[in-house]
Amino acid sequence: MSALVARRNSRPLRRKQVTTAYLLLAPFVVVFLVMLIIPLVYSGYLSTFRTTLIGGTQFNGLANYVRAFTDSEFLGGLGRMGLFLIIQVPLMLGLSLFVALALDSGRVRGSAAVRLLTFVPYAVPGVVATMMWGYLYGNDFGLIGQILRAVHLPAPNLLSAQNILGSMMNIVTWQYVGYNMIIMFAALRTIPTELFEAAEIDGASQLRIAWSIKIPAIRNAIMLTVIFSIIGTFQLFNEPSLLRPLNPAAISSSYTPNFYAYNLAFINQDINYAAAIAFVLGLFIAAISYVVQLSTRTREGDGK
Amino acid sequence: MQLNRRHLLGLGAGALAASAVAGCSSTTSSTAASGASVISEDERTKALNTPTELTFWTWVPDIATKEVAKFMAAYPNIKVKVENVGQGAAHYQKLRTALKAGEGGPDVAQMELQYISSYVVTKSLVDLTPYGAASLQPLFVDWCWKQVVMANGIYAIPQDSGPLGNVYRKDILDSAGITTPPATWDDYYTAAKAVRAKTKSYISNFASGQGGMFVALLWQAGAKPFTWDGGQKVGINLTSPEATKVMQYWQKLIQEDLVSTDADFNDAWYQGLANGKYAGWVTAAWGPVFLQGTAAKTTGLWRAAKAPQWSTTSDASGNWGGSTTALIKGTKNPIAAYELAKYINSNDASALQFATDQFFFPVTKSTIANPTWSSQTSDFFGGQKVNELFGGIANSVDANFQWLPFMEYVYSSAQDTMTPAITNKGDLVAAMKAWEAALKTYATQQGFTVA
Repeated sequence: MSALVARRNSRPLRRKQVTTAYLLLAPFVVVFLVMLIIPLVYSGYLSTFRTTLIGGTQFNGLANYVRAFTDSEFLGGLGRMGLFLIIQVPLMLGLSLFVALALDSGRVRGSAAVRLLTFVPYAVPGVVATMMWGYLYGNDFGLIGQILRAVHLPAPNLLSAQNILGSMMNIVTWQYVGYNMIIMFAALRTIPTELFEAAEIDGASQLRIAWSIKIPAIRNAIMLTVIFSIIGTFQLFNEPSLLRPLNPAAISSSYTPNFYAYNLAFINQDINYAAAIAFVLGLFIAAISYVVQLSTRTREGDGK
Repeated sequence: MQLNRRHLLGLGAGALAASAVAGCSSTTSSTAASGASVISEDERTKALNTPTELTFWTWVPDIATKEVAKFMAAYPNIKVKVENVGQGAAHYQKLRTALKAGEGGPDVAQMELQYISSYVVTKSLVDLTPYGAASLQPLFVDWCWKQVVMANGIYAIPQDSGPLGNVYRKDILDSAGITTPPATWDDYYTAAKAVRAKTKSYISNFASGQGGMFVALLWQAGAKPFTWDGGQKVGINLTSPEATKVMQYWQKLIQEDLVSTDADFNDAWYQGLANGKYAGWVTAAWGPVFLQGTAAKTTGLWRAAKAPQWSTTSDASGNWGGSTTALIKGTKNPIAAYELAKYINSNDASALQFATDQFFFPVTKSTIANPTWSSQTSDFFGGQKVNELFGGIANSVDANFQWLPFMEYVYSSAQDTMTPAITNKGDLVAAMKAWEAALKTYATQQGFTVA
């Protein structure tokens, strides 16, 4: 009797469930299509053309992409961001991991306050943060310089061409340590505590527990933060854009690939080439992310 | 798509209006210099009495409550919405975006003198000749009027200009033993050495990223770095003897540490002016407005003087900045928009107000001759009649100066080539060569023929 009822109602009920599912998805899909997919397609379409002030717009095939791959300014920007990646990301994620582990170990008093404080920099809008640091870095009147001079220490020019990349790394680290820490901390909280009890019975120290149990257990969360950091690094825009007025000699218009695309589109009026650069950058980020994910997966495979 | 349809409608309306204007003839129509016939008085009156809303993009402070308010009082049927979409580069970026999209742009926009050709080449400005702009020529200073006429049309109404002068801290120069402002660039060099040796200040700052100032200095020296024939030919020459002379001079001052090379218009630079790190500023007539805000605590210590000269016998001045009002292509109310641009810039009371209230340097002959303006004293300059001084300077601006039709790229390229050389106290003449080469490459890429 109940089976009959179930079968008689199943198709309309199922259809109703499917319809509801699509209806609930619809807002997201609409926004996703309109804000992401359609502009992407349009951008790809634009990247196959060439517009000149004299001569108008002509079809250009893949010539813009060839130009992007041989553009020393673009490649230089990519290289610079590669350097940024291998120095800043391990430092920042290492710091986040350290703080997350410390908070999780339960040895820190007032851990809620510490969590909030490390997260606050992320809550500060990127533009505001960069402008604030720009002031702090100022050569003559910046706070850092003033303090160093007050204690008779040499004050390096933190905005000079040699130091600006490191100064940017500092800003990004300050901003995102809390964000990455929260992700890792949340993952740590989901580890079943029986593992720790077992380890402590076996005589493992907190450090050993952290290294052998906690870190491998949150491998996925760490991977997430690594991928986010790779994407964020190659898309760096706020810092070069806002710090450039302070020292235009240190930051060229192609300092980072994203900044280059922006200047190409809005200063050089070269929208088509900018679209191509944006696509090549996107492909590059996707490739790097894939390689990083692959390399950690194989390691896991070997271990097991 | 909806965008395309609206765009086409706009074009259609524009075409209809244009054909109506061209086909119309009446007893009071006249022929403008370029041969196009001018709209009739009937059409003008009709447009001014039709309820209209105009959008005006400008970053001039207080313009809505002052000059535009005067216009709206005179023509109550026209409402003007004034919007500040950013200063300088930000304003132009938004304008470009709106023009590319075909919608979202204003009827009327502020357009600096140097950028007019960059917008004429993309056919983004409305030719004002059919609305009677040619009749405005006698009202304006000659060299300024020449700047808005190109490619067989009149594309903007001049608003203000920026003749170069030298504003300096009298107290600092006095303590270095300089009691009269340097009259020639040689004198300026000597004075710079004295200021550096006897005080903790620099005589001025040579802003490393300020392309507009470089060009103004070249202009003063008689160099003609840019030409454009309104069509396909451009001329680019940044290595002429005059340009080289200017850059060699500043390279000497930079390398001998007689001027600083900080980037300008940022917080540290304002502090430098307020704290006396820079004892002076070779700047345009609109420069002091920035001083009065940020260096307010130094009121009364500044004086203005003519910019140092290359020649001991004749005066020459360059120009840095200066704005106009232009009509943006796609405006649905060209006659009303033209009347707005015409009124705020050429009506005697409005033009005078720009000069007395917003401290603009006037370009209308009536304001320059007006004693209210010329005898205005300034507390900031210790009671000096600054306007009178700059008024004299304005007469010596070379009238035949042109711009390239892609100035956004010119200034961006200057920051890539000149700025590092200046900051690192390197070879400025070589940097000018690199700048010139970059501009020539860009011009050729864009389809121009480079002379």
